[in-house]
Amino acid sequence: MSRTPLHRPSPHESALGHVTGRARYVDDLDAPPGTLVAQVVPSPVAHARITRLDVTAARAVPGVHAVLTAADIPGVNDIAPVAHDEPLLAEGEVHCVGQAVAVVVAESYAACRAAAKAVVLELEPLPAILDLEAAVAAGSVQGDLHEMRRGDVDAALASAPVRLSGTYRTPGQDHFYLETHAALALPEEDGALFIHSSSQHPSEVQAKVAEVLGLPRRMVRVQVTRMGGGFGGKETQGAHFAALAALGVRATGRPVRIWLNRDQDMTQTGKRHPFYSEYEAGFDEAGHILGFKVKTWADGGWSMDLSKAILDRCLFHLDNAYYIPSLYFFGQVARTNTPSNTAFRGFGGPQGMAVVEEVMNRAAERLGLDPAEVRRRNYYGDAPRDRTPYDQVVEASRSARIHAELLETSDYEVRRAEIEAFNASSRVMKRGIALQPVKFGISFTHSVLNQAGALVLIYADGSVQVNHGGTEMGQGLHTKMRTVAAHALGVLPEAIRVMATATDKVPNTSATAASSGADLNGAAVKQACETLRGRLAEVAGTTLGVPPAEVVFEGGEVFARGGAGRKLAFGEVTQAAYLAQVSLSATGFYRTPDIRYDAKAGKGKPFHYYAYGAAVVEVEVNGLTGEHRVRRVDILHDVGDSLVPTIDRGQIEGAFIQGLGWLTCEELVTDAQGRLRTHSPDTYKIPALGEAPPDFRVALLTGATQHDVVHGSKAVGEPPFMLALGVVTALRHAVAAFLPAGAEVGLKVPATPEAVLRAVMGA
Amino acid sequence: MKVVLPLKVNGDDYEVAVPPHWTLLEALRYELRLTGSKQGCDKGDCGACTVLVDGKPVLACLTLAVAARGKAITTIEGLAHRGKMDPVQDAFDESGALQCGFCQSGMMMSAKALLNERPDPTEEEMRLALSGNLCRCTGYTKIFDAVRRAAQLQAEARRVALGQDEG
Repeated sequence: MSRTPLHRPSPHESALGHVTGRARYVDDLDAPPGTLVAQVVPSPVAHARITRLDVTAARAVPGVHAVLTAADIPGVNDIAPVAHDEPLLAEGEVHCVGQAVAVVVAESYAACRAAAKAVVLELEPLPAILDLEAAVAAGSVQGDLHEMRRGDVDAALASAPVRLSGTYRTPGQDHFYLETHAALALPEEDGALFIHSSSQHPSEVQAKVAEVLGLPRRMVRVQVTRMGGGFGGKETQGAHFAALAALGVRATGRPVRIWLNRDQDMTQTGKRHPFYSEYEAGFDEAGHILGFKVKTWADGGWSMDLSKAILDRCLFHLDNAYYIPSLYFFGQVARTNTPSNTAFRGFGGPQGMAVVEEVMNRAAERLGLDPAEVRRRNYYGDAPRDRTPYDQVVEASRSARIHAELLETSDYEVRRAEIEAFNASSRVMKRGIALQPVKFGISFTHSVLNQAGALVLIYADGSVQVNHGGTEMGQGLHTKMRTVAAHALGVLPEAIRVMATATDKVPNTSATAASSGADLNGAAVKQACETLRGRLAEVAGTTLGVPPAEVVFEGGEVFARGGAGRKLAFGEVTQAAYLAQVSLSATGFYRTPDIRYDAKAGKGKPFHYYAYGAAVVEVEVNGLTGEHRVRRVDILHDVGDSLVPTIDRGQIEGAFIQGLGWLTCEELVTDAQGRLRTHSPDTYKIPALGEAPPDFRVALLTGATQHDVVHGSKAVGEPPFMLALGVVTALRHAVAAFLPAGAEVGLKVPATPEAVLRAVMGA
Repeated sequence: MKVVLPLKVNGDDYEVAVPPHWTLLEALRYELRLTGSKQGCDKGDCGACTVLVDGKPVLACLTLAVAARGKAITTIEGLAHRGKMDPVQDAFDESGALQCGFCQSGMMMSAKALLNERPDPTEEEMRLALSGNLCRCTGYTKIFDAVRRAAQLQAEARRVALGQDEG
């Protein structure tokens, strides 16, 4: 297969649009004349009863066309993705600062602001729970608890030579997609709507808008051309703004645009879940974990959103890459009066892994062993060391292989020795190094979601449109889908146009989430294209005088196997197919086979497979200021046989830096009234160029074909995020060098300079 | 309540009527429909709105439209010259620097401003020039590669223009 784009570098399918400024996002679209803008009137308090809500004066503000409250919702006042616990507009009570109380629809944002001020909102304060630990202490929880158990963990802990216990907290994180939430809702005939949404889940936007307006879903079509980043933040929460714009259309008959500025986006939408965990762990003297008991709580915010599934994924990753002989895991979602926390790259996985990594670090430090070696000793291996806490068998774990290869290529042992020497002679600056493995389960853990569809259209001139259920948020999904289609049809990628994701092309899609976009949609696109290729092979076989099975499609040409004889252009074959009255459109469908999970028993096979990777991270810490920087990062990551290696490499680099942000510089600060004080980049610090490691080496694991996934590839979106946990281990190594030998390192995350300085001072 | 304002954008002369409090970014995006410049934070922290004013990088979200009167403004849409891509565009295209692309026009305009000023920039100058542009997707590695590549391409283009490309 010499002329396929598969497994080869490729430019992003929209690269030309982006470098010329022509690639459009929702707020860039040309709206029809008369389009109005909408803005949320947010709750100013964390918890209160609404005693009066009067919008009469607001409606009278010049330029204002409508001010809508819960009473104006014709259908169901609910925007929750799962639990039906989240009114789109507040009814009776407000539950967090920023919750939508009303929406103003006007000719300008200035008029919206003026009207928002004129809304009369009288509130009777109610007690508010503003942080996770307070919620846990007060028993403020929502949803069912989730448990997993194996063996007699109490006995294992009691007899363990090394015992650790403690609490661990991981912070929230704002998504900080560069494009904030936006939607443009346009009226169509007969009360139907067409909505451009910046959403990872257009089918859910369609479903929720239809529910809110009391329409059947056929009356609402939703299109997503691209997003300026999503990271999970647009999995559920884009539906709110699309629905508010749709309500505006219903009330005014005019097109309505909604766009959040950064401060509105940060204060009104949910974030990564903070988690609080209490743990006990037992190790033997060689550093093998013997027993592990964890109780963990996720801060769900004021409603469930996706918190249940996020909690589940946390529990599924409390083992990371390690076999734990006896265990008890308990998890529950807490309820606080803060915006409802939502999906964020990793989806609970990072929060779960962070706990076991803290324990591994403490055990290694206690035993005086290299933390990398402690990790190696605990990897999954042959039976019986191949069973996860939920009883899925880890088949052929790649952790040990990756570990060995990366130690070698990163020169780990030599550098660790050099760092020890450096630290012995340097007083103010100390360095640290760490190896961080990752094992991440691939599939939506709610098994039914693992399905995808595609619709491929071939025109008589041989040009192709590919529709699939996934959305493009920068992760390169459309580029991968174009590659899969070009390979299957034997055409050049340029012959294919990947269309905007639209609910009127592929129905009932799942969110582009759980790293699954390419796996699921790729299989569906492949199937649709292969159906069409089969039909075209019949046509071409007749012309070429060979059986269909002997027809080869490659590089835009169609010819008999072996290459002898005539070569037809792909367009000639499609034209012949049209004249022969052959259908040139086909759908494809895929569902992941053989996955299931019994949440009550805490047992099953929730994942189709695991993605693996590891990073070696070197840092330097200034002991006087706590400032630190990453000096070098080496990553070896398993993406199977990469569909498009340039795209996967970009995902790995970007995910690592985002994880670095979560663990070292991004800090959400909420005041005693429940107001987020860090709601723009002047107070909320995401990594900039200066935080990126000056020496950053990324390699893809070779010889890593993944059985039973499209073209042997593997999911890549989330797993490398957690490689950044290695930064914490490396920082601990450096911090320990400032402390008396054998002293415990107490480093909290995010490991900001303040946190590192506290750890250095032993405070 | 609007002011009529002459603006020279990408070599073309326009007259726009905008409220006096409007920023240059609003005038570009909502009056001239030049939407390549992005609104990422609205307070000069993210760099997505970077345009060139008289060749220098300026945050269009912090610049009043009226303050740009009579100055030469270049946006991402004006980088290509008579259908020929600027070296910065070619470099970002080739390097696969973008993911979601939302930060990219600002990154490219910062790079262009740097190369206007310093045709052969050092690594440190490149870091400084891009330090005000945030990206949430890429980890910056490929963006940095693209700027390095743009400097090379621009130098090659200059040699060709000077007829020194032989040998």
